[in-house]
Amino acid sequence: MNSIGNTCNEIKHQYDECFQSWFTEKFLKGTLSDDACDPLFKLYQQCIQKTMKENHIEVKDAEINYLGTDKECIPPSLNDKKSK
Amino acid sequence: MVKYYESKTIFHFTWDQVAQGFWKKYPNPESTHVLSEDTIFREIKDNKLFSRRLLTKTNRVPKWGERFIGSPVVRIVEESVVDPKSKTLTTYTRNIGYTKVMSLVEKVVYRPSEENPEWTVAERSAWVDSKVMGFGLAIQAFGIERFKKNCSKMVQGFNFVLSAMFPQPASLTAQHQIHQQPQSKFKDAAKKASELAKAKANSLYATCEPS
Repeated sequence: MNSIGNTCNEIKHQYDECFQSWFTEKFLKGTLSDDACDPLFKLYQQCIQKTMKENHIEVKDAEINYLGTDKECIPPSLNDKKSK
Repeated sequence: MVKYYESKTIFHFTWDQVAQGFWKKYPNPESTHVLSEDTIFREIKDNKLFSRRLLTKTNRVPKWGERFIGSPVVRIVEESVVDPKSKTLTTYTRNIGYTKVMSLVEKVVYRPSEENPEWTVAERSAWVDSKVMGFGLAIQAFGIERFKKNCSKMVQGFNFVLSAMFPQPASLTAQHQIHQQPQSKFKDAAKKASELAKAKANSLYATCEPS
């Protein structure tokens, strides 16, 4: 899948490939910490940030987590239980 | 007015396979509306992998929404947490921008199936909301349509990717189908909704099917 910035596609694909092997070979097998893909990730992030800046794409809301916070939507059935 | 939907899907792949396939979900033949996908955050904390991806999609808005939404591109943030120990993958997806016009939030939890550890169950919840006054019914109708479409696209597209990554004997692939069970807690919630909402919501039980 392509990156939001055309110029980032190459580094993105390199990082994605690195991450996929790490996830399959290491993470799922219990080796949790490994920074083999870190240098690629940093370059990739620099590229995306540059693209966003150049194209005036503001994604402040993309920088925060909702999952696991009080911003997370709760199913009505759980809400009912909470209020009781 | 928030509308809530839920559904349950069984993937005939192990949880490990589904977790691997999750990162390669795009592109697939059902995802032609997805234009780009970028990982913008990644961290290991408490032995879990936290990620955020930014997706851009072409925005197909209903007629009534066109005057509120000019841009043809909508941005989506997908948060995810992978817990390899409990074998849980949780995803939480929301649109950024235009959230006053319509916000669509989807949460999916993937776990090994209790019936068959070789399968994975995806429990999907969705919330549709709008802050635009006077569009309650339109939002409701559009929300249901969007839910149906997304649901079947998600399942078909993801199954396509998984089948390509993990080819299975023909006897097994023939079984690819969606099982959906009405859930009692959902029925309870529907009872409390208005008559119209109830009628609409009940019709959702049979909607998460391949088209």
